[in-house]
Amino acid sequence: MAQMNMLQAILSAQKCMLERDDNVMIFGQDVGYFGGVFRATEGLQAEFGAQRVFDTPISENGIIATAIGMSINGMRPVAEIQFSDYIYPAFDQIASEASRIRYRSGGEYSTNITIRTPCGGGIRGGQTHSQSPEGIFTHISGIKVVMPSNPYDAKGLLISSIESNDPVLFFEPKRLYNGPFYGDPNAPSIGWDTHEKGEVPEGHYSIPLAEAEITRTGEELTIITYGTMVHVVETAVKQTGVDAEIIDLRCLSPIDYDTIINSVNKTGRCLVAHEATKVGGFGAEILSIIQENCFWKLRAPIERVTGWDIPYPHAFEWEYFPVPKRVGKAITRIMEA
Amino acid sequence: MTKHQSSRQNNLHIPEPKFRPGQTNDFAHLKIPNVDEAPKPAIDCNPHNIRDLAYGLIRVLDDEGQAGGAWNINITPDILRQGLKDMLLTRLFDDRMQLLHRTGKISFYMKCTGEEAISVAHSLALKNSDMVFPSYRNQGILISRGYPLLDMMCQCLSNSRDNCKGRQLPIMYSWKAGNFFTISGNLATQFSQAVGWAMAEARKGGNRVCTTFVGDGSTAEIDFHSALTFAATFNPPVILNIVNNQWAISSNQVVAGGERTTFAARGIGVGLPSLRVDGNDFLAVYAASKWAADRARAGYGATLIEHFTYRVAPHSTSDDPSAYRPADEDKNWPLGDPLERLKTHLINIDEWSEAQHEQLAEQYTAEIKAEYKQAESYGTLTSGARPDVSSMFEDIFEEITPNRIRQRQELGL
Ligand SMILES: Cc1ncc(C[n+]2csc(CCOP(=O)(O)OP(=O)(O)O)c2C)c(N)n1
Ligand SMILES: [Mg+2]
Repeated sequence: MAQMNMLQAILSAQKCMLERDDNVMIFGQDVGYFGGVFRATEGLQAEFGAQRVFDTPISENGIIATAIGMSINGMRPVAEIQFSDYIYPAFDQIASEASRIRYRSGGEYSTNITIRTPCGGGIRGGQTHSQSPEGIFTHISGIKVVMPSNPYDAKGLLISSIESNDPVLFFEPKRLYNGPFYGDPNAPSIGWDTHEKGEVPEGHYSIPLAEAEITRTGEELTIITYGTMVHVVETAVKQTGVDAEIIDLRCLSPIDYDTIINSVNKTGRCLVAHEATKVGGFGAEILSIIQENCFWKLRAPIERVTGWDIPYPHAFEWEYFPVPKRVGKAITRIMEA
Repeated sequence: MTKHQSSRQNNLHIPEPKFRPGQTNDFAHLKIPNVDEAPKPAIDCNPHNIRDLAYGLIRVLDDEGQAGGAWNINITPDILRQGLKDMLLTRLFDDRMQLLHRTGKISFYMKCTGEEAISVAHSLALKNSDMVFPSYRNQGILISRGYPLLDMMCQCLSNSRDNCKGRQLPIMYSWKAGNFFTISGNLATQFSQAVGWAMAEARKGGNRVCTTFVGDGSTAEIDFHSALTFAATFNPPVILNIVNNQWAISSNQVVAGGERTTFAARGIGVGLPSLRVDGNDFLAVYAASKWAADRARAGYGATLIEHFTYRVAPHSTSDDPSAYRPADEDKNWPLGDPLERLKTHLINIDEWSEAQHEQLAEQYTAEIKAEYKQAESYGTLTSGARPDVSSMFEDIFEEITPNRIRQRQELGL
């Protein structure tokens, strides 16, 4: 075991896979010599050579299209999109191509690409360095969508993503790179050494995709969340003192139905929290799953706490972000219903 | 990376800049043509006959600061002086804003040091009524068109006087009254939009020109290629500018295909007249821009210009170039500093002096200081007055929708 922050864990997963599988190739904007704008690929080019780890032209469309092509010719590409806010030029290659190659060829062809991309706000990045576009991709049949909330999961899930023979979109909540974030931007930052999930095995291990994790067991209320909000929700639960069960989905598509359904059937109450905007967001899907499967066990209306239905405004980052206070208010409403 | 290192027959070619930290880049590999080498064609020329201009380098100022060659169009000393002033103001403004970032007053900044001639000369060669679809490094155009420093500062501070209402990162300006389109953080999107603007202008039979800018790295984006194809197809009055400053964050222009040919040559494939210009030569940028604008206004259509320059500044305040390029690379850049070159030329022709220059720098420094004091009275990102918080729910559509009204109430506003 070693102490790692989330970036080190992501770096370690990539290193591990470069060592184990000669077909793994890692590329994207600034990932080669420089090691990525967040340093998530630091040192990989020096260690594994530029044939395997390299910079690409600034074309998200080109990055994903060529990744697909490489995979068809036997490689296992791991492509970085520098910010998930910049993934849209690649949308056609993801939504119409990567996601459907297996289906449309009757299973003859398939692509194994992994797309890593930082997401989420909280770093004063303004509207083009803060987005959480996961809901746009969970709507697509044929691409797996993963979002870890801590270093241990990040490494295990990234290894599974790279090993998967299906395309995977791996979102990295950038606010969590250097430490857990409990929702107070004015609190001094703390590192992952304060969190048990900052303990990460140095070697290979994997966490199956589509297995949610119950990060806190409880009886009164189920809170379903993922990414940065896992920690924010934890704060709200502490502040309200409610005996909540917190589910960190970790993988949004495919989704772990059993963990969600069993928990909500047990508690009879449910809150869904995500940083992304509300309308058509992934929370709406979770609510539907619950109403389809747990309706007769519900004791209160299900609520959603999300980012507002607007772009991430630079000056109002913390009015936009679903802070613990907003989560707490929703918890209280549900408990008093 | 040599091709023969590995036992494999066919290695993947990975482009690498010639020099990295710890090495010295003397740029000996760059061929810098003399000022008299590039001919100046008529604006109604056949683009096929001027292809050489995409591979050469249009220059007017020689190393001694003397103007010459076919592209020397005898710009009046008044315009040259105006250019020098705007470039100086741009540089001093950048320095001041960078400093503000260090003190935590703003969250982010991007300088254009070493690239000032491109925005300023281009702006002066066009009319203020011409439309600009800018990149994020065109602050020189705003300054040259007279956008108040106070407005620029308030945008960077995201304060109560910020016309973008606190929604955008610093430097992502928008100035409709100045015909300056809102800057996007998503690279290259403006490039093809500009072509569309010009297509509408042609349809209207107007005589305004549209100009747009993109970086060397951003030429890889799909929007760059859409822009060229549409410009070649509809031939509207647009000037497509590529600012090749050698770097795209840590990626050298070789990673954008710069090893094979020039960026100006991208235009040849689609049949556009394409010029490659010494971007640190105010007189050359002005002449090339004027040529392109004259063509567009006379109905001859689109022109591509590559401005060959060097990004002296870090990419942004989030960047440390010492990690990927030689520390003294900017000092060795063979095309020199655009401000110094224009200053030397103006002094050579007795239209400027060191004393005047020093005095102007002092005056601008004082002005910037005073403007900043005023800007801060409208608040900063972290203190004082801010834009109205409830305004963040507005401008999604023309009319606010019920869900957003509810969300605004939920926030207690
Ligand atoms: C679509 C998109 N992809 C990636 C980025 C991240 N990014 C911002 S600036 C930049 C480099 C651009 O370099 P260049 O086009 O050469 O312009 P310069 O910064 O040199 O002026 C990158 C990769 C972005 N803003 N938008
Ligand atoms: Mg560049």
